[in-house]
Amino acid sequence: METIWFFLWTLLWAVYFVLDGFDLGMGTLMPFLAADDVERRVIYNAQGPYWDGNEVWLITAGGVTFAAFPNAYAVLFSALYAPLLLLLFCLIFRAVAFEFRGKVQRLAWTRSWDVCMVLGSFLPALLLGVAFANLFMGIPIDADGVYHGCLLGLLSPYGLAGGVLFVLMFCYHGALWLELKSEGALQAKACRTAYVLWPLLLAMVLAFLALTGHYTDSFERIAQHPAVYVALVLAVVGLVGTRLVLSSCTLMAWLFSALFIVGLTFFGVFGMYPGIILSSLDPAWSITIANGASSPLTLKIMLIVTLCAVPVVILYQAWVYYTFAHKVTEHTLNGEHAY
Amino acid sequence: MDLILLSRLQFAITVFFHFVFVPLTLGLSILLAIMETLYVRTGDEDYRRMTKFWGKLFLINFVLGIVTGITLEFQFGTNWSRYSAYVGDIFGSLLAIEATVAFFLESTFVAVWAFGWERVGKKVHCFAIWMVALAGNLSALWIILANGFMQHPTGYVLRNVRAELNDFLAVVTNPYAWGEYFHTLSSAWMLGGFFVLGIAAWHLARKNDSALFRKCVRLAAPFTLIMALLVGLAGHHQGMNVAEYQPAKMAAMESHWTTQTRAPMYLFVWPNQDKGENFVEALPIPGLMSFIAFNDIDAEVKGLSDFPKDDIPPVLPTFLSFRFMVAMGGLFIALAAWTWWRRRDLEASPRLLRLLPWVIPLPYLTIMAGWAVAEIGRQPWIVYELMRTSDAVSPVPASSVLVSLLGFLAVYTLLGVVDIWLLYTQSRKGPEPAKAAEEA
Repeated sequence: METIWFFLWTLLWAVYFVLDGFDLGMGTLMPFLAADDVERRVIYNAQGPYWDGNEVWLITAGGVTFAAFPNAYAVLFSALYAPLLLLLFCLIFRAVAFEFRGKVQRLAWTRSWDVCMVLGSFLPALLLGVAFANLFMGIPIDADGVYHGCLLGLLSPYGLAGGVLFVLMFCYHGALWLELKSEGALQAKACRTAYVLWPLLLAMVLAFLALTGHYTDSFERIAQHPAVYVALVLAVVGLVGTRLVLSSCTLMAWLFSALFIVGLTFFGVFGMYPGIILSSLDPAWSITIANGASSPLTLKIMLIVTLCAVPVVILYQAWVYYTFAHKVTEHTLNGEHAY
Repeated sequence: MDLILLSRLQFAITVFFHFVFVPLTLGLSILLAIMETLYVRTGDEDYRRMTKFWGKLFLINFVLGIVTGITLEFQFGTNWSRYSAYVGDIFGSLLAIEATVAFFLESTFVAVWAFGWERVGKKVHCFAIWMVALAGNLSALWIILANGFMQHPTGYVLRNVRAELNDFLAVVTNPYAWGEYFHTLSSAWMLGGFFVLGIAAWHLARKNDSALFRKCVRLAAPFTLIMALLVGLAGHHQGMNVAEYQPAKMAAMESHWTTQTRAPMYLFVWPNQDKGENFVEALPIPGLMSFIAFNDIDAEVKGLSDFPKDDIPPVLPTFLSFRFMVAMGGLFIALAAWTWWRRRDLEASPRLLRLLPWVIPLPYLTIMAGWAVAEIGRQPWIVYELMRTSDAVSPVPASSVLVSLLGFLAVYTLLGVVDIWLLYTQSRKGPEPAKAAEEA
């Protein structure tokens, strides 16, 4: 049961990275891609009907950590106090930028919200990468789950590598999404960006895997559960696949990119299994699925709720993606509810 | 500064700020759904323009409700990690269920509604706003069930040095939580009603789009009156729950120190917590306190002096908030009744037209006061008689909390000012003109 929840927990993070990843990526790329206000608005509206629903996956991932692994939730959130609150402020400004930006037609106003959008996209991508890399490596917590480190301690070479990897991964993912949703010059720019980003992403993945071998015990742990290599295979298929179809079919390229993100997330997170929060001070102080999980009754009820509700969520979210599958055009931007 | 104090201050500020946006989302979503249903049923263009006008205000308000809600979910872990570890088995699962069954629904359909005017059919579009209204109010239910567990824990067993779930049904049928839910919900819907009435009155006084705003009044006036009455009923019911499950809070609400039967309610009271008595007590209404607590003017009400000193909540803020809430509740019933009486010719009553816009902030303040009663009155417990607030705080440096607290103050002040200013300018603008409304 605890393993099922570890799997579902990983899955929630993976889905969040796939869905909000393209939002954050597009926001990060905005200053490089959008030449004028119209193109910036295309970028906003390409996330328009989705970003809110996408972010709920983060809330759910957080909520499920709380529900299924309360000890891990308690230690994780208090240990990563500063980066998490920074992430929170970024997401707040980013969300508000959508709703507020178009309400006043003044240059200083729109430019200010654009800054919020760019920073509010780039920093969360970076922070999530840094946070997960540090989790893979282990963080300095003692037997009571009290954190003995500082914010700068998280910015080790490996932590930073994780951050850069996430930024590149989301930017590539976002460029593909923008290519799907836009037309003309912006679409061409998005396409060129994807071509430029892919080799960088490949290099960063290889570097990150090498660093993982050096800084973490992930590969030793995975050696005991070789099934986890399936995730790595999926990630490789995704990464190679997305390049192969890049010139022919953008939607397929995006889906392969999504597969890559899912595979990489599973490979990384299952590298900690059965640990959820590894202690870098003493392995015995780590929080694992054995000492971190909720009671069997809670896990059972949560499983029933999840298995009933999440498929329905996926159905109606898929319907929304289908309904708004059109490109963002001049006509869309003139709609009164466009951002 | 003191870690516990800072953490409590931060939680209080962020939760109150969150609750500036929640009640309007709950109340206005229902009214929007009714308006759009009327449009679909009658085809009357006014109802369509009305839905769009209020919808714009709804969306500005909605986004801040979302982002300030995420803050709270984070904070249980960042600032109250001991609490989260101790009761996460129950409390965490309620939050997770909220996200999966309600929050997804709300966020997804609000997007369909906001962007779908030209993309989906009329009926599907109307369905979307009903889903938003349903999901928002459902989400409130799960959050209140979680809060209800903190007020009156049920369905748990102490095992493995924490509270573990042993009866899910008892958690979701917690009578305290349901009483709290109906009180919260009716007050939020009433707030939505006064919001619509206030802005409609402002426009009617200026003869802007009078036909449309008259319809708004005809719709909102009975709604607001019914809700104002229900708030009172639900409040009385909840008062009895408090008396039964949290006698110390009840006594603090009335600054009632000595146990007695046929306990009176004094119209003028000022508590002196240090001495365990009141500075002033004047103008008693015999038996009213017993009636509030037990629906029986002869019942015995336990006084604060009979509780251990460590278990008594801060009396003054609990007492003042309660008094303010009750007085306002009475005022709202009177105002709603007056408006309902004049609903057909509101413009003939310039006094009411001038008054109603100024009423808009009052339900907000009253709801805040209500939460102050619920949360300050629960102290010193974070989970009533199960865990003390002082044992719940995260082992983080007080300096970190101070920095984040200042950050929240700065960011929230900025966002609050911008939001109120946007709501103000957008609501003054009024609906789109009828001529420009032809379908694209």
